[in-house]
Amino acid sequence: MLKWNQKQTVQISALLIAVSFVLMKWLGNEPVTIALMLTTSAVAGVSIFKKAIAALRYRIIGIDTLVTLAVIGAIAIGEYWEAAAVTFLFTLGNYLEARTLERTRSSIRALMDLAPDIARVRRDGGETVVSPEEVRLGEVVIVKPGEKIPVDGTVIEGNAYVNQAAVTGEALPLSRKAGEMVFSGTIIESGYLLVSAERVGNNTTFARIMHLVEEAQDNKAKAQKFLESFARYYTPAIMLLAALLLIVTRDVHLALTILVISCPGALVISTPISIVAGIGNGAKHGILFKGGEVMEKLGAVRAIAFDKTGTLTEGKPTVTKVTTYGIDELTLLRHTAIGEAYSEHPLAAAIVAEARLRNGGPIQGMAEQVRIITGQGISFLYQGRAYYVGNRKLFAHKGWNTEEYEAYLQSEEQQGQTVIMVGTEAGILGMISIADTVRSGAAKLVTRLRAQGISNMTMLTGDNGRAAQAIAGTTGLDACYSELLPEDKVHILKRLAHRHGSIAMVGDGVNDAPALASADLGIAIGGAGKDVAMETADVVLMGGDIDKLSYAVGLSRAAARNIKQNISFALLVVGLLLTGVLLQTVDMSIGMLIHEGSVLLVILNAMRLSRYGRITNKRET
Amino acid sequence: MSHMTFQLETVSCPSCINKIEGMLSKTKGIQRAEVRFNTSRVRVEFDGNIVSSSGIGAKIEKLGYRVLSGM
Repeated sequence: MLKWNQKQTVQISALLIAVSFVLMKWLGNEPVTIALMLTTSAVAGVSIFKKAIAALRYRIIGIDTLVTLAVIGAIAIGEYWEAAAVTFLFTLGNYLEARTLERTRSSIRALMDLAPDIARVRRDGGETVVSPEEVRLGEVVIVKPGEKIPVDGTVIEGNAYVNQAAVTGEALPLSRKAGEMVFSGTIIESGYLLVSAERVGNNTTFARIMHLVEEAQDNKAKAQKFLESFARYYTPAIMLLAALLLIVTRDVHLALTILVISCPGALVISTPISIVAGIGNGAKHGILFKGGEVMEKLGAVRAIAFDKTGTLTEGKPTVTKVTTYGIDELTLLRHTAIGEAYSEHPLAAAIVAEARLRNGGPIQGMAEQVRIITGQGISFLYQGRAYYVGNRKLFAHKGWNTEEYEAYLQSEEQQGQTVIMVGTEAGILGMISIADTVRSGAAKLVTRLRAQGISNMTMLTGDNGRAAQAIAGTTGLDACYSELLPEDKVHILKRLAHRHGSIAMVGDGVNDAPALASADLGIAIGGAGKDVAMETADVVLMGGDIDKLSYAVGLSRAAARNIKQNISFALLVVGLLLTGVLLQTVDMSIGMLIHEGSVLLVILNAMRLSRYGRITNKRET
Repeated sequence: MSHMTFQLETVSCPSCINKIEGMLSKTKGIQRAEVRFNTSRVRVEFDGNIVSSSGIGAKIEKLGYRVLSGM
């Protein structure tokens, strides 16, 4: 038997049906015309019939079975043209659907293609090429221009411009040199690097992202679950209707036509196809959606709560001002740093870094009896003197009166500073103001979100009220809740969700895990090594910054709209086809044409989502 | 209970989902079967004592869908 692929089958049956049509118009239904029409049905139908039989073996009725039944019926009642047209249109439709589906899914495929395929490692004194999974931890990987970095690791030698689009969605190449991190799946555009492998194979950031994207595509949205159960009942119901009509009206042609339109194909794929296009678009822009339902939710959200440190701010506090009383600034910083070196608090790190910078090198000296008092500060002994470093609470606890410094503290805090007081038994020696820089894009983002209709934006932070207020003010947020413990954040989120219908929480995922999990929608600033955030959140902004949040909101809205359009269009088609067939204005081949056409239109509509950012970007520039 | 995910060649028609899921859920020993349309994968939960994973793969092939790999 001749074996054709799908494309050849479509081409040959197209030729056959065209000739049949000409013969029919020219000669009428002569034996030669009929023979040609039957050949068309056979050529186009053979794979349909085969599938129908395979399914029947398991007593399952699929669309192939229905089409086969309709074609056999049509031939039996002498409607040869209908039989040929239906098989041809069905085959053509399937072929076009497969092609367009392929294109819709291609943006995700393109991402998968970024997976590295070889690794050049230094082994046994030479250079060996192995597959990326075979690289051992700690091995030195050599990456040359144009090659993909096969592991996550630290650069130990070399200079290069690296395109990190695979991990961050950012296409501008970044300069990378010794001591800096690079990621698997990113590409060296120029230069070369020697990288010490820290994560390989399935543990690399890229592999994790790929895994999440794969899972997300088929994470069914609510609408989809509903439609699938609808389709499950619709098809048997229509078949029953066809049988009833046959018994009541004795009109075989009508009953067969009903069979042809009984599978609501456009309806079944209306949601998944929009979702795959949306998720693909997001992934290309460094936004990871964990499924269709997440897009539906983000599209509907009107209130967003932000974490402060690491989300609205850079998350790297620095010393901005030192004020001293009877001691020079460097000495104050040095003595403070000697004690703070024992603390892991980010503010302590800021003081140590500043002291080293001003000292021009590491600080010498040993502190003794270091006590860390959580939420207050530390105390320690240095050269026989007791030092106290911390906030108001620390000194209030010790019964000191810091009333005279209150005005200074408040004025600093109003400017968004966190002030650390340093004292000995003799009194306060000085004040160190520390601030975290607000991310450059934060204010712009808030403005854009507001323009998109996000009416309520708040900040949740554990920091002091005045500093929080200052940051909320500069970024243009509606409100801020400060001095919160993690469980307070959860309570406030519940209240806000109650007031605004639903709420999204944006955080960097380390200390915000409970908040991210308890919000209707958790959005994590993810990327580089922030695995916990990536796993717990519903949406991950891969670039490590919040700028893309407004794009994510816009894309989600576009996806939600796209799904709605697809569903309403598909429902409309189902309704019209059914009415048309019952009123006998739609016959078998027209019914098939409309059915296949509607499936294609739904896919094409979803493809618009793949192009989402391109259109809006143009409009903005 | 065992899990298995089969990678099929691209599934393009929407009715394939119902067909494959229907066939598998009627098979003895299979608890749950889910066709993932966008990735063309089938995830099956089954009792290894009653059916084997290769048996499930063969059944899918017999229905007319090529199985590229099982994992």
